Amino acid sequence: MPMTDARDTPVPPPDGAAAAVGEPLISVRGVSKLFGDFAALKDIDLDIHRGEVVALIGASGSGKSTLCRCINRLETVSDGVITVDGRPLPEEGRELARLRSEVGMVFQSFNLFPHLRAVENVTLGPMKVRGVPKAEARAEAMELLARVGLQGKEHSLPAQLSGGQQQRVAIARALAMHPKAMLFDEPTSALDPEVIKEVLDVMTELAEAGMTMLVVTHEMGFARHVCDRVVFMDSGEIVESAEPEAFFTAPRSQRAKDFLGKVLAH
Amino acid sequence: MEIILENWPMLLGGIGTTIALTVLGYGFALILGTALAVCRVSPIPPLRGAATVYVEIFRNIPLLSLLILIAFGLPDAGLLLPYFWCGVLGLTLSSAAFVCENVRSGINTVPIGHAEAARSIGLGFFGVLRYVVLPQAFRTMISPLVNVFIGTLIGSSLCAAISVAEITYVTQQLNIRTAEAVLLFLVAGVIYLALSLAAASGGIALEKALAPGRRRRPTTTQAMMGAQQA
Repeated sequence: MPMTDARDTPVPPPDGAAAAVGEPLISVRGVSKLFGDFAALKDIDLDIHRGEVVALIGASGSGKSTLCRCINRLETVSDGVITVDGRPLPEEGRELARLRSEVGMVFQSFNLFPHLRAVENVTLGPMKVRGVPKAEARAEAMELLARVGLQGKEHSLPAQLSGGQQQRVAIARALAMHPKAMLFDEPTSALDPEVIKEVLDVMTELAEAGMTMLVVTHEMGFARHVCDRVVFMDSGEIVESAEPEAFFTAPRSQRAKDFLGKVLAH
Repeated sequence: MEIILENWPMLLGGIGTTIALTVLGYGFALILGTALAVCRVSPIPPLRGAATVYVEIFRNIPLLSLLILIAFGLPDAGLLLPYFWCGVLGLTLSSAAFVCENVRSGINTVPIGHAEAARSIGLGFFGVLRYVVLPQAFRTMISPLVNVFIGTLIGSSLCAAISVAEITYVTQQLNIRTAEAVLLFLVAGVIYLALSLAAASGGIALEKALAPGRRRRPTTTQAMMGAQQA
């Protein structure tokens, strides 16, 4: 994966330096999000380049999930602009629905459709949104389910699968839309410790295959060893954005030091 | 008992009319009520408002008043409907308000995350509703919708007030001739009871049929009673 200097600074300078790495795939500019009086996001700037894998870490309530959801427009922004592949996200409607499918999303609680079998969960989007013929959608779904290690589980209902298996179906479901980027909103937080690895393994493979990823996570090992960059948030702000080694060995801000002191204590 | 046997054809006609009123009124109410529920959860505020106003009006007017307004008010407005269809219209308008509320609360039993996941793979409002939310909501709606069916069936008796020859009307006519009120209304009551029970057991069968190959989870009711056995 290409490494660039621009990655180390949270906001690339407006001059020619940014051009060296091309247009960012996901660009967040001056984004704020208010829930009533509460500012969940305060003037966020974040660029994610093609093929980059970014870990978004921070304490609960720091705004990580909200940022993730704003990028997929499950939440509207109060201020600022988010562009995906150079196009700003429209307000609502058909165009947004189409653009939304270009960014895959994996949720903490899996959110598989419980009335549909694993393979049907995966084929629903391609068939109903993209109009892919059933046989073709099915063949690809079987391939994707095999890729996430679920051969033989294609016809199971979500209730018959373990949490780790359900989350892998959810990843396959998102991949079936051929997204340009994937957002993971705490994908392993609801899982039993012994199945976390099987989900992280699938995500590591995806990262190695060059998928652009933003991963909200509490898995510090994954952030450190798989991600290209770590973005640390606190109180709705991006406090630090750095290469994993630099961040974990020598955090610059006091807030990051405090956070790491708590999560890496044992 | 002779009264019943002698007037059996008349009673049978009444039963037929009751069933026709109920099935037609309920059928149209299902369509109208579902459309109203879709309006109530739609992202378009005027549609939400209009559906809310509809529900508040039609579930709060006594069905009898509504039927009389339709039967005697519509001709004033230049629309002359046969009384039978006035009855169907009244039952439809009233039951649709209840169907709407049941469908809407059924929709709200589907976890919000499922709708978000559906949106995240690119489905629009109707796609989310059709492929993800309604199929899940439908099962939780069966029992309340059976209640609406029974409400429509029992409500159809009020069509007697606008001279539709359904069971209650027929019973009243026989009573006028024979002055056997207790017997006649007992028979009418048994007929309504039989029809309602048939509808309820149909609903239970439907609920079972829609839970395919799934291990039955204990219900909250069973948990409250401390029942351990499956």
